[in-house]
Amino acid sequence: MSEFNKLERNAAKTAALNELDPAVQQAIGDFKASVHAWSDNAMTRPRTVVHTAVRHGWRFAAAWAMSASLLLAGVSGGFYVHHRNEVQKEIALEQQKQEQQRQLAQRRALQEERLLANVDSDLSREVPEAMEPLAQLMNESNSQ
Amino acid sequence: MTSTNEPAADDFARMVESHRPQIFRFLLASTRDIDLAETLTQDCFLKAHRNWSGFRGDSTAMTWLMRIAINLQRDHWRNRRLQFWRQATTNSVDLDEASDWLPSGERTAEQHLLAKERVRHVWRVVEKLSGRQKTVFLLRFVEEMDLGEIAIATGLSEGTVKAHLSRALGRVRAELGEMQ
Repeated sequence: MSEFNKLERNAAKTAALNELDPAVQQAIGDFKASVHAWSDNAMTRPRTVVHTAVRHGWRFAAAWAMSASLLLAGVSGGFYVHHRNEVQKEIALEQQKQEQQRQLAQRRALQEERLLANVDSDLSREVPEAMEPLAQLMNESNSQ
Repeated sequence: MTSTNEPAADDFARMVESHRPQIFRFLLASTRDIDLAETLTQDCFLKAHRNWSGFRGDSTAMTWLMRIAINLQRDHWRNRRLQFWRQATTNSVDLDEASDWLPSGERTAEQHLLAKERVRHVWRVVEKLSGRQKTVFLLRFVEEMDLGEIAIATGLSEGTVKAHLSRALGRVRAELGEMQ
């Protein structure tokens, strides 16, 4: 019974598909004609392969140029930073050396000054033998 | 070797020439994207070429090709669902643009406008149909394949094809009823 019902339902569906009402038939006919017209037009349209290829080529070149410049900037940036560090190290070393030399010179100058002062005082205390009586006289007159 | 391959190559070339418009049209109506339809058509014939030696002629070449096209289209949408960000870059034309195409027949301006309106309503229905219903509807009413061929091409039973068509037609009727 159920098999019979199924067959009957199937037959009814087939009949419904074959007997479309005029409005639906017309709408579907217009739809079909529209799709055919669109498809025919799309198939015969001028192709834009060359344009696409050029555009892709341009994009490809731009991407390469961008990558190359980024790489170059990265590498040269690295070199620049390295070079700047080296220069700064050299400057710091030079300044340290100059400071050491300045301190050394200062120390030497101080030592020389002290030495000269000692020499002066030693010299001033010593009186030649010939001038001894005069020196005694001066001491006596000073005591009186 | 060459002599046996040459007739097969000729047969294949003839088949491409005669069936390419139908395959492209079906894919265009399914996707509403000219570039995608062209790509899938190319893929379809490439796949057909690879399997041409295995084609035994149990069904017509058209049905066989249509089956390949349906599978390719389904795979494409599956992939697109995974790669959801590609949805944003879809080139599908909108329904109004798709409805603009009508053959230049002997119609008055009013008849032309009415026809355009009817086409737009059918597109609107097609848009809302499920994948299978859409495929069955397009194969039946655009490609005018019979139910047996549609069943082979889609891998569905004839009863299921009828059910899908019946539902799709019901929707068209309802949409046209709203129009009037």
